[in-house]
Amino acid sequence: MLRKAFSIAALLSVAAFGQQARIGRAASEDKIKAIDITVFPDGRGLPAGSGTAAKGKDVFKEKCAVCHNDQGQGREGQYPALVGGKGTINTPKPVKTVGSYWPYATTVFDYIRRAMPYDQPGTLQADEIYSLVGFVLNLNGIVGENDQIDKDTLPKVKMPNRDGFIPDARPDVRIKR
Amino acid sequence: MLGAPLSKHGSRSPHETSVRALPPPDTKTPATGSSRTPLQDTYGIITPSGLHFERHHSGVPDIDPATHELLIHGLVEQPLVYKLEDLKRFPSVSRIHFVECSGNGRSEYSGNLGANPATSHGLASCSEWTGVPVKLLLAEAKVKPEAKWVIAEGGDACRLTRSVPIAKLLDDALIVYGQNGEPIRPEQGYPMRLLLPGWEGNINTKWLRRLNVTDGPAMTAHETAYYTDLLPDGKARQFSFELEAKSVITRPAGGQKMPGGAGTYEITGLAWSGRGKIQRVEISVDDGKSWKDAELQQAGFTKAFTRFRMPWTWDGGAASLQSRATDDTGCMQPTADEMLAARGRNYSYHNNQIKVWYVRADGSVSHVAQGV
Repeated sequence: MLRKAFSIAALLSVAAFGQQARIGRAASEDKIKAIDITVFPDGRGLPAGSGTAAKGKDVFKEKCAVCHNDQGQGREGQYPALVGGKGTINTPKPVKTVGSYWPYATTVFDYIRRAMPYDQPGTLQADEIYSLVGFVLNLNGIVGENDQIDKDTLPKVKMPNRDGFIPDARPDVRIKR
Repeated sequence: MLGAPLSKHGSRSPHETSVRALPPPDTKTPATGSSRTPLQDTYGIITPSGLHFERHHSGVPDIDPATHELLIHGLVEQPLVYKLEDLKRFPSVSRIHFVECSGNGRSEYSGNLGANPATSHGLASCSEWTGVPVKLLLAEAKVKPEAKWVIAEGGDACRLTRSVPIAKLLDDALIVYGQNGEPIRPEQGYPMRLLLPGWEGNINTKWLRRLNVTDGPAMTAHETAYYTDLLPDGKARQFSFELEAKSVITRPAGGQKMPGGAGTYEITGLAWSGRGKIQRVEISVDDGKSWKDAELQQAGFTKAFTRFRMPWTWDGGAASLQSRATDDTGCMQPTADEMLAARGRNYSYHNNQIKVWYVRADGSVSHVAQGV
């Protein structure tokens, strides 16, 4: 009962606070556009532009291979492989890569745009990113070398492990006492 | 002899040398990885801010609080921005909560491998956090009824991003700017971070710059490729946010030496649960054959470290020490075998199994049993 009284009091104080002058300042559309880089699985957030795996080959060589190696196989156990691992996810040595594990192709675009290259994120142009996505997907045998990758085609790419994810089912451990 | 003069900012005794445990120095990417809290050297429940564990994916950014802004947009009536000074105008709250990386204890899926409390459990730390409830900010922006998720984005180099169910943000979530009485440390998200009590560390977005209110998750790399829990059949659990009941004895513990011979000692350690309060911690000194209740320090903080203690008379011989915690939802820590049977070795995350330390007749304490 006491707990309930407290929570109602808390809600009322929130309401009372809301009636006072707002503290946050209105954000302009330009400000939102400048910072909003999230891409959703249905393609929302993907920019204009396009690319192909063929075009991505040179970009990859120039900007990615130093860490991920020429064919995306990774390097020195410290830079992750982007290819391989097919058929390993349900074995004692799973190799999780874009091809074997990632459920959405849109995530590849989102992640490259926000985080890569590792030491210079945010420097790639939309066409370069689409081409790199195409190159990485092509290495994994998911798209063709000349398939156009853009905001309409990318969300339609079905990743091999698209259905590999299930909701959290914990608590799940049987304890004998 | 006259001591040292007054100083503007104090530091610890030069006799104290405890530091975070770092990964091997040959890493090619020192800005990505983790450092671990030396839990064995801490007292009570608060982790000194300089020893709070770190997990960074693209280094610690240098952010000027005068220019940093938090944007709230998406499914809201009014998109808003806040600077740090704006957040401080709201009614503030201070709460004690732990933060734990879901990868804490990962190596324990492959055996009792952590050699000391830092390496086995040091991706967990506990602080008094000060900030503003997220629901106050969302109320100002006026969330639309169709909103179900919020995409939280950090201001680090990789703009680390996670999708959060909106119910958590309307519950106990905070945006914090204070840690243990001072501004939060750069390694912990200065000038502001999201704090989702009891949820895996990665989603407690540091250097918070944006909350995008949406109808569905973004499926970012850090909630698909990483931080998902792979089962033996190849299916992976996703959006597994809560951390379960866990404990570790911090003294006597692996890497230590009993400070004397047979006689009276204190067994002490830390317990925590992301689902609520720690209700009970039991200790066994005989390889799990019998268990006794430890004393809990000021039981009461939810989703926080709880210190436990028990006097112990060591007979000078080999002994195995272990603790098991139970939270107020009734969840208890499993043994390593029970954990393995339920999840297999590929699970990687969310390991809360019982940790065992072995005291040897020579007074050394190890994660490996004598003669193994």
